[in-house]
Amino acid sequence: MTSLSDDPAEEQWLDDEAGRIVRPYVMTRGRTQPSRGQIDLITLVVTTNPVTSGEVGLGPEHHTIVRLCERPLSVAEIAASLDLPAGTVRVLLGDLVDRGLVAIQEPAQEINVLDLETYKAVLNGLRTL
Amino acid sequence: MDSGRSDRDAGRVKLPTAIKILVAGGFGAGKTTMVGSVSETRPLRTEELLTDRGTDVDDLSGVEAKKTTTVAMDFGRISIGDTHVLYLFGTPGQRRFWFVWDELALGAMGAVVIADTRRLADCFPSVDYFERRGTPFVVAVNCFEGARRYDLDEIRLALDLGVDIPVVLCDARMRESSKNVLLTLVQHAMDTRLTGTAAAPSAAP
Repeated sequence: MTSLSDDPAEEQWLDDEAGRIVRPYVMTRGRTQPSRGQIDLITLVVTTNPVTSGEVGLGPEHHTIVRLCERPLSVAEIAASLDLPAGTVRVLLGDLVDRGLVAIQEPAQEINVLDLETYKAVLNGLRTL
Repeated sequence: MDSGRSDRDAGRVKLPTAIKILVAGGFGAGKTTMVGSVSETRPLRTEELLTDRGTDVDDLSGVEAKKTTTVAMDFGRISIGDTHVLYLFGTPGQRRFWFVWDELALGAMGAVVIADTRRLADCFPSVDYFERRGTPFVVAVNCFEGARRYDLDEIRLALDLGVDIPVVLCDARMRESSKNVLLTLVQHAMDTRLTGTAAAPSAAP
């Protein structure tokens, strides 16, 4: 197989341990938008069904996300862990949400920053750091 | 339509509320340093592949004319009990990244603008942006060794800040100091949004 990249470094196929062997959008099969709504950098993701072995059509990155998110992580943290652009992670998350393997927390809209209790909780939390 | 997050899942999983605070400022002003000093882990890096929507090209006609840019952002996390998680994002300071700011500023609780008195002009774009957008912000003057110390009022004057915008001195390397900046910001954001004691931000042009 040949790579479309002009960058010689990208033309090398490496094994899993050594690093990235496919460009990010191959993992998403060319999709740039997730199958559902808004997934922000701080959208929290948690695994709801850790059993992915029987699922067809999931790549290794999907499985890694399911494993990572046994404790809630943000999209930004998942992207940093997988060393993938956040946009790629969003698409992969859409797949997982569709299959009911993870649940996501929609990011708070601007209007929700008007909640007094949130400010109080954050102020108290910061003071006790 | 949201069957993936169905009642079955929602009842079982209680996710904390994620809150976003931006840390902006010029290159080398200490954004990542502040994120690192107050976060529970060392700063992580995430990349966003963004499309520059600044060109007024129609979505369908001009795909090839659109520019995509990869923007790297450093960020950190502060867990507040199990109810809230605070994420701090070091925001690329240059004006050409304004489209990243739009995405990042959406839903943000507020912003810290770090000022380096040796290059004060570097934080002008950030101040401009948050003023125009109406995002509550504070200016944190990072006290670099060897830099001339300015009076806070001089800095306020130089940045043409309203009297309601808090200006504080800080040492971004120190956890306590960064924590105090965040406390000032959250208090200011609360005052601005909930009680209206701070002056209303100027409307977008």
